[in-house]
Amino acid sequence: MKKIIFAVAFLVFFSFLMVSAINMRTFGEPTVSEMDDYFIENAQKETGANNVVTSIVFDYRGFDTLGEATVLFTAVVGIVALFRGVKK
Amino acid sequence: MNGMSKIVKTVANFVYGFIIIFGFYIIVHGHLTPGGGFQGGAVAASAFALVLISYGSVTSQKFLKKDIFSLFESLGLTLFILLAFSGLGITFFYNFLANSGNWFGNATVIGVNSGDMNTGGLIPLMNIAVGLEVLSALGVIVLIMAKGAEFTKKKENS
Repeated sequence: MKKIIFAVAFLVFFSFLMVSAINMRTFGEPTVSEMDDYFIENAQKETGANNVVTSIVFDYRGFDTLGEATVLFTAVVGIVALFRGVKK
Repeated sequence: MNGMSKIVKTVANFVYGFIIIFGFYIIVHGHLTPGGGFQGGAVAASAFALVLISYGSVTSQKFLKKDIFSLFESLGLTLFILLAFSGLGITFFYNFLANSGNWFGNATVIGVNSGDMNTGGLIPLMNIAVGLEVLSALGVIVLIMAKGAEFTKKKENS
């Protein structure tokens, strides 16, 4: 009984996934692309860096990188606190 | 852990420096080629993991010090935040060095070009700060976990 319920639920869910995958727009053509066009046009001129990805990560969205660095720092602090009893 | 065989140790001795140099190359060229602080730091930290595995945790504690890594990690994050605050004359995270003619301040040629190290403003400095932080953070994690594994094994045997 359980297996039948799971099979029916899986089929319904999977058919929804397939239908939405078929109805999706073609690859590489986003619906709204003003922001991408702005970055591609102006990133090299404004930040002076050739690598547009780095100029987004470290300049336009610097806050995001600050958060990532802080998350890594917090992870290290947690691990050091977890292993504090370990002596040589 | 007493480390692995002599072949592994010899190869690790040979490859160790090259991996670290490649990691620093990725960090320093972050504004020109794919990569940056996070990726280059992870590459350089893999060299420390290689040394730790090939020499064993007891021997490698002699030349990989946890305290120095910990110091460099705090230093990297502090440097990143200070660089972020240094643009506070206009906004937080403002890239005031770009196209200014000073440090890292050359203007780039728009379009496809061969790349100039002296461009990018604050981006290369931030790459170096984040790379330092990631490198030493992963080093601390690997070192301290190896030490903990050694401790647990000793406790189980006794």
